[in-house]
Amino acid sequence: MKDVRLLHGDLSPGNAMTAFSAAHPEAGGIVSFVGKVRPDGDVEALELRHYAPLTLAGMQQLAEATLARWRLDGVLLHHRTGALKPGDPIVLVAAAARHRRDAFEAAQFAMDHLKSDAWFWKREKRADGWRWVEPRGQDHADLARWT
Amino acid sequence: MGVKLVFLGKLADLAGAPDKDVRGPLDWRGLLDALPGPLGEAARGDTVRLALNGTVLADKAALGAADGDEVALLPPVSGG
Repeated sequence: MKDVRLLHGDLSPGNAMTAFSAAHPEAGGIVSFVGKVRPDGDVEALELRHYAPLTLAGMQQLAEATLARWRLDGVLLHHRTGALKPGDPIVLVAAAARHRRDAFEAAQFAMDHLKSDAWFWKREKRADGWRWVEPRGQDHADLARWT
Repeated sequence: MGVKLVFLGKLADLAGAPDKDVRGPLDWRGLLDALPGPLGEAARGDTVRLALNGTVLADKAALGAADGDEVALLPPVSGG
């Protein structure tokens, strides 16, 4: 079972995890990861843009690939778009499985893919104005270990 | 009704707007002709991909859009 959402408003990891856990009573364990807007020097705000025809479909495909690769009961991918502030949750990934190792690895796999090849464009506002964030080499290196 | 061009990420800043309508039919040459200056240069770059009606094209030069179609110009993603 997959629970994939693109959220234009608040992302509430606590509520989402309570519902995900209730939906998977058969799971022996759930691994979750919350990514937040990193308080980073003088970054005042962050804006995430997406392209509707690609972004959610790409997340659905990632959820399918994650389910196909590990023995999971369920996977959850929730991602914000729009305006965010430092400290705000931006992404929630969770994997429910009979056994923990599948859940840990599946959550990392999904997160590495969301960070490097999901259809999002990000810009940051600092004292000198807005600037688009370029891709990070580290994100692509993280992805390479899954191939 | 023409072909709708959609500019993502920094391309929207270069275009001065998130989208633009141009007359169809539109091929790769026609697209470049419709994009002045830095925007056209960016579109030519290897890292910018095109999607036609939500499907990413393997080869930009094979673009063939008609009136009513949507062509998105996709710079490298920043990551989630």
